[in-house]
Amino acid sequence: MPDDLNWAIGGEAGDGIDSTGKIFAQALSRAGRHVFTSKDFASRIRGGYTAYKIRSATDRVESVVDRLDILVALTERTIDENLDELHDDSVIIYDGERTEMEDIEIPGDMTGLSVPLQRLAEEAGGAIMQNIVALGAACEVTNFPIENLDSALEKKFGAKGESIVDNNKEAARKGQEFVADEFDHEFDYDLDTTDNDYVLLNGDQAIGMGAIAAGCRFYAGYPITPATDVMEYLTGRIEQFGGEVVQAEDELSAINMALGAARAGARSMTATSGPGIDLMTETFGLVATSETPLVIADVMRSGPSTGMPTKQEQGDLNMTLYGGHGEIPRFVVAPTNVAECFQKTVEAFNLAEKYQTPVFLLADLSMAVTEQTFEPETFDMDAVEIDRGKIVDDDEVEAWTDERDRFQPHFSTADGISPRALPGTENAAHMSTGLEHNALGRRTEDTDVRIEQVDKRNRKVQTAQEEEDWSPREYGNPDSNNLVISWGSNEGAMREALDYLEEDDIDVRFLSVPYIFPRPDLSDDIESADEVIVVECNANGQFADVLEHDALTRVKRVNKYNGVRFKADELAEEIKQKLQSEEVKA
Amino acid sequence: MSSEVRFTDFKSDKQPTWCPGCGDFGTMNGMMKALANTGNDPDNTFVVAGIGCSGKIGTYMHSYALHGVHGRALPVGTGVKLANPDLEVMVAGGDGDGYSIGAGHFIHAVRRNVDMTYVVMDNRIYGLTKGQASPTSREDFETSTTPEGPKQPPVNPLALALSAGGSFIAQSFSTDAQRHTEIVQKAIEHDGFGFVNVFSPCVTFNDVDTYDYFRDSIVDLDETDHDPTDRESAKEKILDADKEYQGVLYQDEESVPYSDLHGLDSNMADIPDGAPEGAMDLVREFY
Ligand SMILES: Cc1ncc(C[n+]2csc(CCOP(=O)(O)OP(=O)(O)O)c2C)c(N)n1
Ligand code: SF4
Repeated sequence: MPDDLNWAIGGEAGDGIDSTGKIFAQALSRAGRHVFTSKDFASRIRGGYTAYKIRSATDRVESVVDRLDILVALTERTIDENLDELHDDSVIIYDGERTEMEDIEIPGDMTGLSVPLQRLAEEAGGAIMQNIVALGAACEVTNFPIENLDSALEKKFGAKGESIVDNNKEAARKGQEFVADEFDHEFDYDLDTTDNDYVLLNGDQAIGMGAIAAGCRFYAGYPITPATDVMEYLTGRIEQFGGEVVQAEDELSAINMALGAARAGARSMTATSGPGIDLMTETFGLVATSETPLVIADVMRSGPSTGMPTKQEQGDLNMTLYGGHGEIPRFVVAPTNVAECFQKTVEAFNLAEKYQTPVFLLADLSMAVTEQTFEPETFDMDAVEIDRGKIVDDDEVEAWTDERDRFQPHFSTADGISPRALPGTENAAHMSTGLEHNALGRRTEDTDVRIEQVDKRNRKVQTAQEEEDWSPREYGNPDSNNLVISWGSNEGAMREALDYLEEDDIDVRFLSVPYIFPRPDLSDDIESADEVIVVECNANGQFADVLEHDALTRVKRVNKYNGVRFKADELAEEIKQKLQSEEVKA
Repeated sequence: MSSEVRFTDFKSDKQPTWCPGCGDFGTMNGMMKALANTGNDPDNTFVVAGIGCSGKIGTYMHSYALHGVHGRALPVGTGVKLANPDLEVMVAGGDGDGYSIGAGHFIHAVRRNVDMTYVVMDNRIYGLTKGQASPTSREDFETSTTPEGPKQPPVNPLALALSAGGSFIAQSFSTDAQRHTEIVQKAIEHDGFGFVNVFSPCVTFNDVDTYDYFRDSIVDLDETDHDPTDRESAKEKILDADKEYQGVLYQDEESVPYSDLHGLDSNMADIPDGAPEGAMDLVREFY
């Protein structure tokens, strides 16, 4: 049986849950297994329930499911918190020697393995390694070669010295041996290993990596969950490539610094989440009217206001699509998985410079904090192409000057894209402003010039609409009359849901859309289907709204807004019910 | 090119729409002269301005420039300078722009000590929005929004700068062309954040802080025994609420600008055609 493993470790925040989970995830990935992680975490530093979950298989895994096979419970509450996902064959590893765990009740037919985690850890050199003992125990239960754990421990603790590594290896062995000696072997797990060398990373890290690959040299930000990882990733790395990360005093400053760097010619970005994107809104219009290339990442979390900072939501779509006063030409790109966070970041920089516009990179918490395995080639640095757009050098300036030899940074061209002279270019000194301006960049209230400039800026979007490929990705049965559409991180769960639906003889055509604006025209697809369902993690269906508007039709919606991402099996069930339901509510 | 640069090269062909007699004319002229005197030219100069009458300066000068949103000019200047250290960056704005909506940025720009020059055209009033109280307005100054005066003490921008760790703090009077130019020039030459608060009277809405008032009350530090490298002496002068000083109040000659501390010396606009060399190591890190 199961090669598909759902494992979790849960306890109090501060118990080292995260790093323990990461070590196991790494061990699995180093053994050539695919890994998909998720986190339950509360918005506090110590205390409060927290868990790290891993799904792992030799085939690719793209989502979480409602099933937990092995649970390392450091607290009793961990079992209660996961009751819904535990099943009769689940194994719970806990430390029955600890007084607070003595009277623990293992629910239903589940198997409880009482392993003296703390005592064995002390024997190996310190109680702090109790989680590692538990990992050793998990290796035994799953028939997973413990040597793979060794290599992850080396990576994690190598810098701290050999003896720390050895103690941890020893702790793991003790856990493994205890289970082997004390319990009859009736676990039917068999975790295969392969020769594959995967890399394991999360969406925020992939965004940071994409930024460096794309030549981004300047990042200004202000810490906020769940976007902070982007900044932490870039700090210490971007410097190696001649760049700089600045922790600004607030988001207003962050986006304006990034804008300044972009005007100086650097590829520049900022990243934030809901409350921060609100503050940045003021500057969206300035970026657009001064025609400055800028990448603004919004890693969405649950709102409004401070909302649920550590929970999933896709509630900022309208904000990035419509945020800011006046009408602001912009692009909104929404990666659908961790690897795409890398690719779409590279693309965002090219779009920004090619069209001299703000580009919003709309990611979400589930993707940002999810670690996922990939073939290293997925992050193909050789394939990275840099398109800096219409930058003019000293010799080209003259072609863009007016009769008085003044450079025209906002010259109204046929495609709407104007020449761009970086500061330092000779004879091209010019100003740019958030005020409406003429081709020279100077303020105007001339009605004709106003219209010309607004049209020019909008024309850039039209040009992009025609020149770039905004297609969605398609899965499932292309001839099905049931059409499901989603955006962002729902793609993985939905792809797997297709399998569940197929088991129930329900066939579905699934379109995953990574572009919100410009977006693919799905009107024909929507019209030709009998049933159309739009899946998103928000209450009101913001993407469903725009699709209904595009196609002038009503679609059914599957929405989730409890703060947790979609799970494949749950999603399949919801879609099944929607397909059978009569009414379509707007 | 710089040897031939005259200050008028920094003038745009756009006529200022400032009220005749506005202090901003003198402030701008001094800035242009200081830029030319320090060997800059329009192609290597970047002027960032905020919003207000003062903020219009970017329009009337000729250089690379960005006229941004109200209060946010300093962050923009910071980004420009860090991305391209070869540029001479000058940030300008009003007292409302800098000490009210932009007050937070001001404190942090001071302590960040990026090598640029910040000129505040302090007219102790909101000019562009037609005469409301500003953070530097006197406690009893009657305006359209404060008919009985703001009833709160004015901010002391020099004290803010000193307490935030400012490395160059100066004040000048727009109409005293020679001293004003000289002071801005020193700010440009300073290695770090050069801050100059310029008394730049608003002839239309402020009938208290007028040319006559400043002319009568200004004390030039060059005529005192003040030593700008002496922080204690600077503190005393800055906290002296009874006098208006002109000159360099404080300069830390050991100041190390942000870029030097962080080892930033290259133009970030220069990037390769594809992913940078060594980028594959970024992937390998995740094995
Ligand atoms: C966010 C925002 N709030 C308000 C305004 C309106 N506004 C324009 S200029 C200004 C004050 C200008 O005063 P100051 O900075 O002292 O410059 P001055 O006009 O006196 O030179 C205000 C409040 C604005 N443009 N943006
Ligand atoms: S209103 Fe005052 S600050 Fe504005 S231009 Fe006129 S005099 Fe100058």
